[in-house]
Amino acid sequence: MRTPLIMLILAYAISVLGFVLIPGRDDTGELWSMDFFHAFYFVSFMGSTIGFGEIPYPFTDAQRLWTLFTIYASVISWLYAIGTLLTLLQAPLFQAAVTRNTFVRQVKKIRTSFYVVCGYGETGRQIVDALIRQDLDCVVIDKDINRINELELENLPREVPHLNSNAADSDTLVWAGITGESCKGIIAVTRDDEVNLKIAIASKLLNPALKVYCWAEHHDTAKNMASFGTDYIVNPYDIFAEFFSTALTSPHRYLLHKWLSSSYNSPLTEPVYPPKGRWILCGFGRFGKAVHEKLLQHGLPVAVIELDLESTGAPKGSIKGRGTEADTLVAAEIHKAVGIIAGTDHDVNNLSILVTARELNPDIFTIARQQLSANRQMFEAANLNLVTSNSVLIASSLLAKITSPLTSRFLAIIKDQEEDWIDSVIQSLSPCIDNNNPYSWVISISNINAHAVMQRFDQGENIYLHYLIREPSNRKEKLDCIALMIQRDGMEIILPDDKTLIYPHDRILFAGNISTKSKINSILTSRETLHYTATGNHLPSSFFWRWITRRFAKHPS
Amino acid sequence: MNFEKVLFAFFILLALTLNFGFFIGDFSNPDHHNPFELFAALVVSLIATLMKFGDRSHVGVVLLASSLVADLQLVAACLVWGIAVYGMSAPLSGNALASIVSLSGGALLANIVSVVILTVETTLHRN
Repeated sequence: MRTPLIMLILAYAISVLGFVLIPGRDDTGELWSMDFFHAFYFVSFMGSTIGFGEIPYPFTDAQRLWTLFTIYASVISWLYAIGTLLTLLQAPLFQAAVTRNTFVRQVKKIRTSFYVVCGYGETGRQIVDALIRQDLDCVVIDKDINRINELELENLPREVPHLNSNAADSDTLVWAGITGESCKGIIAVTRDDEVNLKIAIASKLLNPALKVYCWAEHHDTAKNMASFGTDYIVNPYDIFAEFFSTALTSPHRYLLHKWLSSSYNSPLTEPVYPPKGRWILCGFGRFGKAVHEKLLQHGLPVAVIELDLESTGAPKGSIKGRGTEADTLVAAEIHKAVGIIAGTDHDVNNLSILVTARELNPDIFTIARQQLSANRQMFEAANLNLVTSNSVLIASSLLAKITSPLTSRFLAIIKDQEEDWIDSVIQSLSPCIDNNNPYSWVISISNINAHAVMQRFDQGENIYLHYLIREPSNRKEKLDCIALMIQRDGMEIILPDDKTLIYPHDRILFAGNISTKSKINSILTSRETLHYTATGNHLPSSFFWRWITRRFAKHPS
Repeated sequence: MNFEKVLFAFFILLALTLNFGFFIGDFSNPDHHNPFELFAALVVSLIATLMKFGDRSHVGVVLLASSLVADLQLVAACLVWGIAVYGMSAPLSGNALASIVSLSGGALLANIVSVVILTVETTLHRN
């Protein structure tokens, strides 16, 4: 950029000097020479091609000759300077610096608490989407520019600062604001265990107060992360194995867990009843191993099919093959099997295995592992009994921890409850939901979120739980939701009934139709609505009507 | 020998000498202060500034600052000249000339500082 500017200055200087030195003639024909002021004025409007003409007096031929030279000199200098400037602005390095500065500025502007999401793959996208719906800010880092571009096209309801950079660099994490006070946590969900580990270590060192949530596929990575105090580590294979085990022993417990942990805009999870008997497991990788262990724990016989028997350490008696061919499946005695699990890391192979298996044994229970969410429609069309996807498992598991500690508390409680109890929860929740999974959310009884309730407390009135779950336009109708749990000073009331008294600072976990959330909010915040759902009478809202009611109250007829 | 350094030293020194040539002489005598010299001093000073653009070394930054000061002073001097003659439509007054010359004197000081820094830096490198 230096050379073109110097050239521009020189072109102007020489042109101006020329006009000052070359004599002209004024209107009377006298010799006249331009001064610097007029020369600079002339060169300025000529160089920028405005062209006011030959002023103050018509030029002599010598001056015109010089003008001819200066026109080309100045125009070329300008083109050169502007061209260099444009190239500079478009240079990738310069662009990268500008984007980075914008990112850092955007992050600094965030005043509310926010989360940093590293990796905007399928998992990252689901997490960002859910966080934003919970009115939480987030910052996204991904080293793949294509994913960042996808984020830009996503049209999210909140501004999400994003940077195309490697999250394994601690510089990047600092730019993303992890050392700031508003940063509440970092979520490492890149595809690479090593990168997730580096993020966990760097975050804990740079800001020990930060909550770190990590995805780890290997158990040794998970142990390493845990030794650095990573707050929550998820392994998709372990989660699925746990789910599968629950589904085998207690299908309804699994169903309730799924309902409460899945995203509410996903289609309603149907109950599955995996049969007990002989199973076939295709693929003995990390997924296969985790499921295999659970099947053995339940005392079920398993036939393993694996292409690479030695390096995966498949158990004795395993069958070598992909499982996509009929003869391998026959060798695994598919006619005697009750279920088959396609757990290879290849989506098309998994589908092929299950379709072939069903041809050989139409009653077989089919479980597929889905690797890419882009293949979702294929798996749906195949009409399988159970499809598991790493990204969905990770996202729902992390989100329950991050956004709703009360939900994850309730999910933990489910594990220890009796079968009958589970069935009663499902029965009371079923009428509240339509085609999607139930939505669960927490309200806290405080002056910010529930001032109408607090006001009523101040008037010495009791508030029962059923006041809050009545239709604001017709109190005889109940809203499509149930209260799962009330948290009060370390005490927990599980499945509170309608007559339960509410106290200030209670935290109530609701589940049901998402449309009821705003209705409950209006009851909590509007004095009139709460008065109606509590008593059935309408509160006079105008001065005049209040005066009338007071008068009539004083002189009862 | 670094050609870039030669060129820069040349322009810095030239800016100083031209400026000195314009500045020297009786304050109120227009014959002692040639407009061509002021013009040349301004152009050379601008080029010297540009040569220091993008130099991130500590000395380079100070040199850029001092030569920006010189530019500012010289541009101000030219503006005063233009306004005094053409803005007022009157011949150059002694008053205006005095302020032009003193402005260029300020620029001269900045130029001297530049040259001193340059000399110090060069000697340091020699050692």
